Amino acid sequence: MPEMHRTKQARDRYNFLWEWANPVKFMWFSGLALPWLVAATVLTMAIGLIWGFFFTPEAANFGSSVKIIYVHVPSAFMAISAWFMMLVASLIWLIRRHHVSALAAKAAAPVGTVMTVIALITGAIWGEPMWGTYWAWDPRLTSFLILFLFYLGYMALWGAIEDPDTAADLTSVLAVVGSVFAFLSRYAVNFWNQGLHQGATLSLDQEENIANVYWLPLLFAMAGFGLLFVTLVFIRTRTEIRKRRTHALELRERMADA
Amino acid sequence: MIALLARDLRLAIRAGGGFGLGLAFFLIVSVLVPFAVGPEAEVLARIAPGILWVGALLACLLSLDRIFQLDFEDGSLDLLATAPIPMEGTVAVKALAHWITTGLPLVAAAPVFGALMSLDERGYWWIFVTLLIGTPALSMIGAFGAALTVGLKRGGLLLSLLVLPLYIPTLIFGAEAATRGIGGFDNTTPLLMLAGITAAAVALLPFAASAAIRINLR
Repeated sequence: MPEMHRTKQARDRYNFLWEWANPVKFMWFSGLALPWLVAATVLTMAIGLIWGFFFTPEAANFGSSVKIIYVHVPSAFMAISAWFMMLVASLIWLIRRHHVSALAAKAAAPVGTVMTVIALITGAIWGEPMWGTYWAWDPRLTSFLILFLFYLGYMALWGAIEDPDTAADLTSVLAVVGSVFAFLSRYAVNFWNQGLHQGATLSLDQEENIANVYWLPLLFAMAGFGLLFVTLVFIRTRTEIRKRRTHALELRERMADA
Repeated sequence: MIALLARDLRLAIRAGGGFGLGLAFFLIVSVLVPFAVGPEAEVLARIAPGILWVGALLACLLSLDRIFQLDFEDGSLDLLATAPIPMEGTVAVKALAHWITTGLPLVAAAPVFGALMSLDERGYWWIFVTLLIGTPALSMIGAFGAALTVGLKRGGLLLSLLVLPLYIPTLIFGAEAATRGIGGFDNTTPLLMLAGITAAAVALLPFAASAAIRINLR
């Protein structure tokens, strides 16, 4: 067991959180949690989406097109959260060298990319009847397109480097620098063009968000998308860990043959 | 460090391909655009700052992989890494050499190409100023991208995919400052932002780039 050579004292110094950076422990915990996570994801997404799609009134001026909000807002929220999670995971990898962290960042990138694409496409579908155009160079739309480009570059860099530790290091550096530039782009784009997009649908500091009938199912949908993200990242991280293990086993076998 | 700068400059001039290539590319872009959008002077003058900025950016991109690649292949990057000057200094000097061989000629030539795009005198001035302020950031960001991809065999395409999104803020503020200046509006804000990006890139990115090089040399 990898835990054995660590003394009790040293283990106490590590706080509770870092325990999960151990791949064995992560595999154990994620294997235990996954069925529950899947169930919770299916349940909340079903509640949020079915409630949102079929049991909310149609809004004046919008018709039923407003219901795309139940996919658009959660996916947009998760697209940004996924990048943020990748940034945190990359920092943890750079500072503390926990392999699970690097693999989790790698696992999150395609999920985040898909979320970005979903947000862009649902936005375009909504924009056509509402704004009369699929695409406008609005700051929010543009920033999402830029975010998509950052995701693409990040994944391409992972794919291009053969040595896994080098790849983890370089992508982490890219994630940190890229975050700064993504943030900067957000403000540059705001400065560059005023937009069509309405303000935030949900925010914590506002007295009133959207009307309550729409708000509750949206909350469920967002929780569902969040859980979906966690579930997918868990599954993908487990796959990455297993890939590492098979690779190590193959290497060992080849060494034994030689 | 000065010796390194002199070496890089000599290499760029004598090896050929690096020094004039970016400029020739810039010229070709400026020639192609009127063919594509038509020769009307008003249209050209309106899109000129954007075209010149995008052209400069792409010309910069062309020569990025030369910053570290050749030194990586013949092993001199390893020697530089073990040299008494810190890696950050090496990166900064190499970015500076890239700027002198690519950015500076572009800055100097931009007003001439502006004439091809029917810009007026104010246009020459603002294109010159914004490129002068902005191109160091392009070189420095590019050096970071080159440092990330230095160990790769076919890094060129990946390099552009990594670097171009990073260029977005510089491009926005640079082109915006030029457009506003040419239109006779106040462009202090975008100019200051552009200068801020350059200053921050020159101050901070050498650390990120040298971290990437150390990883690649490991």
